[in-house]
Amino acid sequence: MFSELPLLSLLIWLPIIGGIWVLTQGKDDESSVRPIALSVALLTFILSLGLYIGFDLETANMQFEEKHSWISNFNIYYHLGVDGISMPLIILTSFITIFVVLAGWEVIKDRPAQYMAAFLIMEGLMIGVFAALDAMLFYVMWEAMLVPMFIIIGIWGGPNRVYAAIKFFLYTFLGSVLMLIAFLYLYHKSGSFSILDYHQLPIALDAQTFIFIAFLLAFAVKVPMWPVHTWLPDAHVEAPTGGSVVLAAIMLKLGTYGFLRFSLPITPDASEALAGFMIALSLIAIVYIGFVALVQQDMKKLIAYSSISHMGFVTLGFFIIFQIYQNTGSLSGAAMGMEGAMVQMISHGFISGALFLCVGVLYDRLHSREISSYGGVANTMPMFAMFAVLFAMSNAGLPGTSGFVGEFLVILSSFQANFWIAFAAAITLIVGAAYTLWMIKRVVFGAIPADKVETVGKLKDINGRETFILASLAFMVLLFGIWPAPLLDVMHASVDNLLNHVINSPKLP
Amino acid sequence: MNLETLSLIIVLAPLVGAIAAGLLPLSRTAAHRTTISGVFIAFVLSAFVFYQVTILGHAPFADGAYTHTLYQWLSTGGLSFEIGFMVDTLTTTMMVTVTFVSWMVHIYTIGYMKDDEHNWSDDSLGGRNSYQRFFSYISLFTFSMLMLVMSNNFLQLFFGWEAVGLVSYLLIGFWFQRETAVYANMKAFLVNRVGDFGFLLGIAGVLMYFGTLDYQTVFSALANTPDEYTTKTIEIFSGTEWSVITVICILLFIGAMGKSAQVPLHVWLPDSMEGPTPISALIHAATMVTAGIFMVSRMSPLYELSLTASSFILVIGAITALFMGFLGLIQHDIKRVVAYSTLSQLGYMTVALGASAYGAAMFHLMTHAFFKALLFLAAGSVIIAMHHKQDMREMGGLKKYLPITYWTSLIGSLALIGFPGFAGFFSKDAIIHAVHVASDGGQAGATFAYYAVLAGVFITALYSFRMFFLVFHGKEHMDEHTREHLHEPSWVVTYPLIALAIPSVIIGAIALAPMLYGNYFEGAIVMAEGRNAFPAADFHGVLSFVLHGLMLPPVYLAAAGVGLAYFLYGRESAIPGQIKSAFSWLHKLLEEKYFADRFNEIFFAGGSLKLGSFLWRIGDRNIIDGFMVNGSARSVGWFSEKLRYVQSGLLSQYAFAMILGLLFFLVWFVHG
Repeated sequence: MFSELPLLSLLIWLPIIGGIWVLTQGKDDESSVRPIALSVALLTFILSLGLYIGFDLETANMQFEEKHSWISNFNIYYHLGVDGISMPLIILTSFITIFVVLAGWEVIKDRPAQYMAAFLIMEGLMIGVFAALDAMLFYVMWEAMLVPMFIIIGIWGGPNRVYAAIKFFLYTFLGSVLMLIAFLYLYHKSGSFSILDYHQLPIALDAQTFIFIAFLLAFAVKVPMWPVHTWLPDAHVEAPTGGSVVLAAIMLKLGTYGFLRFSLPITPDASEALAGFMIALSLIAIVYIGFVALVQQDMKKLIAYSSISHMGFVTLGFFIIFQIYQNTGSLSGAAMGMEGAMVQMISHGFISGALFLCVGVLYDRLHSREISSYGGVANTMPMFAMFAVLFAMSNAGLPGTSGFVGEFLVILSSFQANFWIAFAAAITLIVGAAYTLWMIKRVVFGAIPADKVETVGKLKDINGRETFILASLAFMVLLFGIWPAPLLDVMHASVDNLLNHVINSPKLP
Repeated sequence: MNLETLSLIIVLAPLVGAIAAGLLPLSRTAAHRTTISGVFIAFVLSAFVFYQVTILGHAPFADGAYTHTLYQWLSTGGLSFEIGFMVDTLTTTMMVTVTFVSWMVHIYTIGYMKDDEHNWSDDSLGGRNSYQRFFSYISLFTFSMLMLVMSNNFLQLFFGWEAVGLVSYLLIGFWFQRETAVYANMKAFLVNRVGDFGFLLGIAGVLMYFGTLDYQTVFSALANTPDEYTTKTIEIFSGTEWSVITVICILLFIGAMGKSAQVPLHVWLPDSMEGPTPISALIHAATMVTAGIFMVSRMSPLYELSLTASSFILVIGAITALFMGFLGLIQHDIKRVVAYSTLSQLGYMTVALGASAYGAAMFHLMTHAFFKALLFLAAGSVIIAMHHKQDMREMGGLKKYLPITYWTSLIGSLALIGFPGFAGFFSKDAIIHAVHVASDGGQAGATFAYYAVLAGVFITALYSFRMFFLVFHGKEHMDEHTREHLHEPSWVVTYPLIALAIPSVIIGAIALAPMLYGNYFEGAIVMAEGRNAFPAADFHGVLSFVLHGLMLPPVYLAAAGVGLAYFLYGRESAIPGQIKSAFSWLHKLLEEKYFADRFNEIFFAGGSLKLGSFLWRIGDRNIIDGFMVNGSARSVGWFSEKLRYVQSGLLSQYAFAMILGLLFFLVWFVHG
C-alpha cells in the first residue's frame, strides 16, 4: 500500500509545508500553533513508520525511489531513495522531532510559531539529506538545514548566542564548501550528479585522496571529530533545549552518514590509505575528549563532550574495517564493526537527546546549567532522578540499554584489528562512567545543600508532559538494549553490499 | 511444565516483583509481599530444578541438552548473539544458594527497614517510598544475579555482570542524602568498571579466537582440539608472543578481580558498607562478590589450559586472603570487620581457583554464602538493637540482651574460623589441602599461597572472635538510653538468622563427599590431568575427614587465634592499647589500608582530573579555539582589511576580475 505513495517526498514536504502553515498561524492565533505543530510531527512520524513496514530486508538496492528531472541542463534530478543505512535515521529524525515540539510546549513563550516552524522545516530538510540520492539535492538540503538551526540558536539561545551561532555556521559552512567542489569535480568526471553513479566511478588514488579530504572536512566538522569539534560545546551551551536535542540526536549523524554514503563508497582506496589516520582521530575523540568531559562544570558542555566521545565510536567502527579484513580475511568482523557503529548512531540519538532534555527540565526550573547550582535534586524530584540515572547509565554503556550495543560491537570488532585499538576504545568504559556518574552524583544525589534550600529545595518534580517525553525515550533505550535485532536486521543487506564494494574495489594506479 | 518454562519463571519472578514494587504505587505491605513471593517462587523452582538436575541427574532441557536459547539478541556479520540458559550442576548450586539467601534477606528486610523514614531528612521525598524502593532493588538484584549464573554465553554473562554492578551502585547509595554513601557507590561502580574493562577485552578475545560467544561451542572446541588454541599466540608488545589462552584468561580474571574484590581492585568493598545491612549480606557477602569465583569455575576448560594464568590467580588470591585479613584486626565498625573478613575469604576461594580446585572454591563459596550472610544479618540485628550505632567500642555485654543473635553469631563465627564439623571447616581445609598439593606439584606461587592461607586461618580466628568478644562479652559501653531499649528484634529478623545458622553448621558435612570427592561437577567443571587434589579413593567418610583435619595445623592455628582473642579482648585488658602504641607505624599502615585509597585518590582520580583539565585548557581552549579558530577569524579580519583596497568601486575592475575568474574555471574544466 505504501509503494504507490511518494512516501519520501511526503516525509520531506509534509513538515516543511506544515512548518510554513504554522508560521502563518502564528500571526493571529498563537494558541493553535502548538497543537498544529504536534500533529504535523506525529503525522510525519506515523508516515515514516511506513518505511519500516514496507522495507524489503533482502535487498541492498535503494527502496521507495522517486526520480524526477529537476535541472536537466546539468543532469540534476530530484532523486530520492533509502536503504538500510538511511532508513533508520529518517525514523529517528521523525521520532525525535515529536519530543522537540513537546519539549518547547510551555517553555517557549517568545515567538512560539517561528520556533515550532523552524524545527518542522529543519525536520523536512534533514529527512531530505538522508533520502537524497542526487548530490546537488543533497547539497541544497545540507546547506539549507543550517539556516533554521542558525536561527534557533541565534534567537532562542543563551546570552552568548551570537558568537555560538556564527561559530556554528562558519565551521559547518566552510567544511561543506569543499564538499561542493568535490561534487563539481565528480560531475565533471561522470557527467552526472547521481550519488549512485559516483559509487561506480573509477578514480585514481591521488584524486581519491583529494576528494576524501574534501569530504572529510565537511563531515568531520559535523560529526564532530577532533580537532574540529570546538563549535559543538559552544553551540550546545547557547542553544535552547530543542536545538541541543536536534543537534546531538540528528545533526551529528549527518556527518557520519556522509562517510557511509560518500567517503567510503566513492573513495574506497583513499579511505583504506587514510584509515590509520581516521582511527587515530577516533581514538583521540574517545579518550582525549573523555578526559575533557570529566572537568566540565556546565552540564550541557559535559554532555556535548560526551557526545563527541561517543561519536568517536562511530567513526572508529567505520574505518576499522580495512584492518579487520586484513587480519582475518573475512568480512564478518568488519560487518560487526560497521553495524555496531550504525547502532551507536541511532542509540546516541535517543540517549543524548534524553540527556539534553533532562538538562532542559532542570534549566526550565532554575535557569542554570552549572553543576554547582544543583545538588540533591533526587530529594525533591524523585521521578526525574530515576530517569536521569537511567539515561546516565545508558550513556555509560550499561548492558540492557541501547548505549551498550554499539560500543560492545565496535570494541569486539576492533580487537580483531589490533589489541591496543580495542584497549584504547575500552577506556571509555571507565572514563565514560566516571564523567557521567560524577555529574549525577553532584546534581542528583546528596542532601540539599544549605545554600540551595530556596532553589533546589523548592523544585517541583516533572509533570505529565515531561514524564511522557522521558518515558518514551527510556522505552526506546531499553527496547533496543534488550532486543536490538530488529534494528540490525534492516542494515545487513546494505552493509554487506557496502563492505563488498569498499573492500573489493578495483584499484586504479 | 517443562524446565524451559520453569527456568524462565525463575528469572522473571523476581523481575516482576522488582518492577511492581518500584513503579506501581503499592503499599509497604503489598510491596514486600509481591517481592518476597517473587523470590520465593524463584527459590522453590530453583530447588526443584536442583533436584531434577543435580540429584536425579536429568538433563534439564529437551533432547538431553544443558543449554536452551530464549531469543536472538542480534545477528551481525554472520554471527548470532543469543540470550539463553545453561543449567547444569554448577548453575543449580548457585541458583539455590542465591535464591535462598535472597529470600532470607527479603524477610529480614521487613524488620530492618521498617523505620527507614527516620533515616531521611524532612525536606526530602526520598523517604516517602524508600521501603518499597529497597524491596524493588533487592529483587532486581536477584534477577540480575540469576541472569548471570544461568547464562549460556558471554554476552548475557556480561549483562548480568554489569547489572549486579548497577544494583550494587543503587543500593550502596540507597541513603543518597549521605555524602559518604554517594561517594562509595560511585567508587564501587568505577572500580568494578576497571575490572569490566579487562573482562570486555577478554570477551573480545574469545570472540576473535573462537568465533562465538556461546559457552558450549567454546568448551567443545577446547575439548576437541586443545592444541589448536594452546599454540596460538598474540603479540601484544612487539617482540613478545603471548599464549592467546593466557591472555584471555588473565583479561577475564581482571573482571573477576573487580567483582570479587581482589587486590588491587578490592578498595570498593569496605566502602560498600555504606548501604543498608541487608544488602551487605546479600550482595557484598553472599552473592555478587562470588560472581568472579563462579565465572572462573564456569570457564575451567579455559583456565585449565594456562598454568601461567592459574599461578597469577593463585598469587592474587593469596595476597588478598592474608593482607585483607590483617585489616579486619583494627576495625571498630562492626560491619567493616565482616567486610574485611569477606575480602579475605574471597581470597581463599580465588586461591582454590588458582590451584585448579574449582570444586573446593564452589564448596567454600556455598558455605561462605550461608555463614557470611548469617554474620552480616546478625551484625544488622545488633545494629537495629543499638539504634543504628555500628561502633563496637560502644557495645559490649550484649549477650544477655540478644540471646538469639548471640548464639547464631557464635555459630556463624565458628563456621567462619573452621571449627571442626562446621561448614567452613570442610571447605577451608579443602582449599588448604588443594594448595598444599599444588605446592608439592611445584606450581609457581603455590608455596607462598600455602603459607598465606595458613597464616590467614589464625588471623581469621583472631579478628572474628575479637569482634565477638567486643560485642557480646565484657563491660557494657553503651549509653543509658540505648541500654534501656535493648531487646531482641522481631521474628522477621531472628528467623532468617536461625534459618541461615542451620546450613552454616550442616551443609559442609552434607556436601563434602559429592562436591569434593564425587562427580557432582562432572561435565560442568574440567580439571587437567594430575590437577585433581581430591581423588575419590582418598575419601573415607566425613568422620575420617574431620579426624584427619584434627591432625593438621589449621585447627590449632584457629584455636590459637580464638585463645589470643580471648586473652586480648575477652576481658577488659590494656594490652591491645599497648600493642597499638608500640607498633604505631604498623597500626597506621593498617588504618590507612596500606594507603591504597590514598594512592587511588591522588594518582588515578586526581591524575585524571589534572589530565582532563590540561587537555581542556591547553588543547581545546588555547590551541584549537584560541590559536586555530579565533586565530583564523582574526586573520580573516586582517585579510579583509587589506581586501578593502581591492574594492575600489570601479565597475571596470570588477568586470575584469570576473572575466579572469571565469577563464580560470574554463581552463580548469577543460583540462582538469
